[in-house]
Amino acid sequence: MKIIVCIKQVPDVTEVKWDENGSLIRTGLPSIINPNDQNAIEAALVLKEEQGAEVTVISMGPPQVEEALREALAMGCDNAVLLTDRKFGGADCWATAYTLGLAVKKLGGCDLIFCGVEAMDGNTAQVGPEIADFLDLPLLSYAEDIKVGEGTVTIHQNLGDVTRVIEGPLPALVTCEKELNEPRIPRMDLVFSCFDKEIMVMGIDDLEGERANFGLKGSPTRLRKVFSPKRAKAQVEFLDGTPKESSQKLVEKLQEINAI
Amino acid sequence: MTSTKDLSAHKGVWVFIEQFEGKLTQSTLSLEILGEARKLADKLETELTAVLLGENLADTAAELIQYGADKVLVGDAPVLANYRTELYTDIICKEAEERKPDILLVGASATGRDLAPRISFRLHTGCTADCTELGIDDDKKILVSTRPAFGGNVMATILCPDHRPQMSTVREGVMDVPVKDASRTGEIIALDITAKEEDARVKILEVKKHEAASVNIQEAIRVVSAGMGACTGECFDSLKQLAKELGAELGGTRPVFESGRIPHEVQIGQTGKTVRPELYLAVGISGTVQHTTGMSNSRTVVAINKDPNAEIFKFAHYGIVGDAKAVVPELIDQLKAAKG
Ligand SMILES: Cc1cc2nc3c(=O)[nH]c(=O)nc-3n(C[C@H](O)[C@H](O)[C@H](O)COP(=O)(O)OP(=O)(O)OC[C@H]3O[C@@H](n4cnc5c(N)ncnc54)[C@H](O)[C@@H]3O)c2cc1C
Ligand SMILES: Cc1cc2nc3c(=O)[nH]c(=O)nc-3n(C[C@H](O)[C@H](O)[C@H](O)COP(=O)(O)OP(=O)(O)OC[C@H]3O[C@@H](n4cnc5c(N)ncnc54)[C@H](O)[C@@H]3O)c2cc1C
Repeated sequence: MKIIVCIKQVPDVTEVKWDENGSLIRTGLPSIINPNDQNAIEAALVLKEEQGAEVTVISMGPPQVEEALREALAMGCDNAVLLTDRKFGGADCWATAYTLGLAVKKLGGCDLIFCGVEAMDGNTAQVGPEIADFLDLPLLSYAEDIKVGEGTVTIHQNLGDVTRVIEGPLPALVTCEKELNEPRIPRMDLVFSCFDKEIMVMGIDDLEGERANFGLKGSPTRLRKVFSPKRAKAQVEFLDGTPKESSQKLVEKLQEINAI
Repeated sequence: MTSTKDLSAHKGVWVFIEQFEGKLTQSTLSLEILGEARKLADKLETELTAVLLGENLADTAAELIQYGADKVLVGDAPVLANYRTELYTDIICKEAEERKPDILLVGASATGRDLAPRISFRLHTGCTADCTELGIDDDKKILVSTRPAFGGNVMATILCPDHRPQMSTVREGVMDVPVKDASRTGEIIALDITAKEEDARVKILEVKKHEAASVNIQEAIRVVSAGMGACTGECFDSLKQLAKELGAELGGTRPVFESGRIPHEVQIGQTGKTVRPELYLAVGISGTVQHTTGMSNSRTVVAINKDPNAEIFKFAHYGIVGDAKAVVPELIDQLKAAKG
């Protein structure tokens, strides 16, 4: 069985800091493998251990994404592919899915593609379903449990109001939720041996696509502006005194404005 | 693909409507979008079309007209009873290619976030995810969508200038449910559904409906919201009592949900619900942006926190600096006293 796991390197947004103007400070944020993608890697490695599989991780991004790929190798993945090219830059979900989908084709396809449900920075959750459409694969999204049988994959799908058990034929694309598993940490011995393991690098010329469909040029969406959400909206009036006094003042205020 | 497409051939606003067992879902998300789409369609002087797929849909289709649709495209067949990505994508893409909508809006629910990207890839168009605001650019007459990204730390305004339909998924609880108007008339168009069960690659083996949430915090007029600072000792219990005294629903932050004190249905914020009550009382909440994106549109915000510099005070109208353990019981007493 061949499994391809799509991973994205993301800034750790839980570590976000703000400057004095209330703008996000992006530099200096530590980079991590997107949390859902760690679940996707773990799911692939469990299948590898239980049923035997060759696990390939692929990631599109700037050259430093190599760190994330090495970390995936140290977790136990077999191969890593880095999709990097200036012409890939500025890709929206459409162009990202197009590039990743072409890379999967170039690798000769596989039985299963695992993606995270959602990347922690862009937060769109669109890339997985879009790759599935590009490659005409059944999409099994929001997996909280994955079982692979004879030519089939069955998942528990968390659809919000309902949970469903759904089954599709292989090859298929599955998007992974955090409830799926507890990702392992990279093994120290593998960290060192993976240091000089070869990572396959692909650029635009290695993929058989239309040049106009990559990167910013190939992106149907256009970012008009990015801004910080309104932070200071209300002017707070502090109600001082002992707990009793301040509570009393609050009740009076709320009565005045008919809030109670 | 470039802008060589003839964009002017694309007209009208479409909204994908979610149903469960033929009826509108308990969540009002689809109606919220329909209401907002009505405004967009009016601005563009164009028609509003609801797209409804499922089984036994006649009543629901008629209802959508009362909620503001001019047309309803209805795909009514047993094979569509339960949502399936590919079957739904095939039908919507086929109709969109023939009928050429200018805008297609889908709910940012689990279903919508599964469906919309697959449609947008096939139609080779852009999809802006999880929007909290939609508008029309007055000059270019195109859709302007605004969404949070980076865990709510930034907002992005996104356009899709050269591809059609312009697609967005829309977050729950940020737009108003339109008022039903029984006098409205419109056209119901039955789609010819040729798909058969064998065509569906993905089979549904089991559907488990979650326990219906006993509260719908998004409709609450008052919300008492618990942060980690309200979870020590008996504080959380007294907070429940405070909610009762105020006639409020109890919600809270993500760590409070993670600690098991509240169900996910009442977690407020970026990965939870967006609420807009008349009164939002935040107790022991620090006020990170992931939380405040879910409550900053509340009419009146009261914050109780022992740290005078807590971010939450920037969103509050009234603040009490103090220990929740001491303030909450007092507040209960004062409310009782005020009621007499
Ligand atoms: C502020 C902001 C807002 C944006 N809004 C939109 C928008 O509304 N619509 C839009 O089309 N684009 C948008 N983009 C661009 C979008 O973030 C990028 O296209 C990004 O490459 C993919 O989106 P995501 O991070 O949301 O990934 P998601 O779709 O959330 O990722 C899901 C999964 O896809 C896989 N994956 C995603 N990216 C990669 C990658 N580079 N390499 C390998 N696997 C990957 C991973 O398995 C991941 O878990 C936005 C960008 C910014 C900066
Ligand atoms: C991708 C992502 C999504 C997220 N989504 C959400 C979301 O949807 N909703 C959400 O809420 N969070 C979300 N979070 C988490 C968010 O970043 C914060 O960690 C969280 O909101 C903080 O919760 P809190 O205010 O309860 O706890 P804390 O940050 O621990 O704050 C506790 C506060 O209580 C005060 N306090 C302590 N003791 C007392 C006392 N005795 N009396 C009075 N005050 C006291 C403290 O001064 C402090 O301000 C998300 C995070 C990420 C990364």
